[in-house]
Amino acid sequence: MVLTPPATLEDVQFNAEGFMIDPFAWIPELAEAIAEREGLQLTERHWLVINFARKEFEANGEAPTLRSITKNSGVDTREMYALFPSGPAKLAAKLAGLGKPTGCI
Amino acid sequence: MNAHSNGKEAKPARKLCIIASKGALDMAYPPLILANAARMSGIETHVFFTFWGLDIINKAKMKSLHVATVGNPSMHPMFHIPTMLGGLPGMSAMASTMMKKEIDNLGFPPVDEFVQVLIDSGAKMYGCKMSMDMMKLDKEDLVEGAEVLGAMEFLEIADGAQIIFV
Repeated sequence: MVLTPPATLEDVQFNAEGFMIDPFAWIPELAEAIAEREGLQLTERHWLVINFARKEFEANGEAPTLRSITKNSGVDTREMYALFPSGPAKLAAKLAGLGKPTGCI
Repeated sequence: MNAHSNGKEAKPARKLCIIASKGALDMAYPPLILANAARMSGIETHVFFTFWGLDIINKAKMKSLHVATVGNPSMHPMFHIPTMLGGLPGMSAMASTMMKKEIDNLGFPPVDEFVQVLIDSGAKMYGCKMSMDMMKLDKEDLVEGAEVLGAMEFLEIADGAQIIFV
């Protein structure tokens, strides 16, 4: 349990690819900081995906696949690629403080 | 990818061109999965469907692709079907149904849905003009969003790209 939640990127550990090492250390403010680092501006729709990913992680212990996001979050494939052009499932997982998704769908 | 996100020199953007020449159910998935994985990493992706591969984007055929049970040396791990049995009525349909179920269990969509996901993800899909002429197909026979292209035009697109032939 994190007692003093980190608020800046400097307080958090990332792996070489930019994924947070400890998903339980994530707080929403970090998403904004990570987004800025990735050159992304977060909108309500981005947050919908980030919150969905966090809920799935809390329920299943892993980041959701892109397919489960497009089927269950209300954000479809086209929109996912518009919101996260450089790699939707990976970028959403990064912003949500989750590990890199391993599936290919 | 961002050129300025970490001060490193920008590599030229990756581009992937996949040629899908087979129409069996088991051979439709490799090009689709590769194309999808590439799109998920933000890689510009083009898929060229030629000869039997056209069935994958042919509206009339894409929902009924089959796996061969005759002369197929690869029918494992389920069981080995001797060619004489494999030619009996219903064998190919049964094997195809089993394969579709296994694919579904892994969370992968059926071919028609997968093709749509790829189009929605920004992958460019092309039907080979020559194969279409040979099979008497029109652009209207292809799934919406697919273009018609000849080999030379495809090779222009493939300039500088990594090419995978299936």
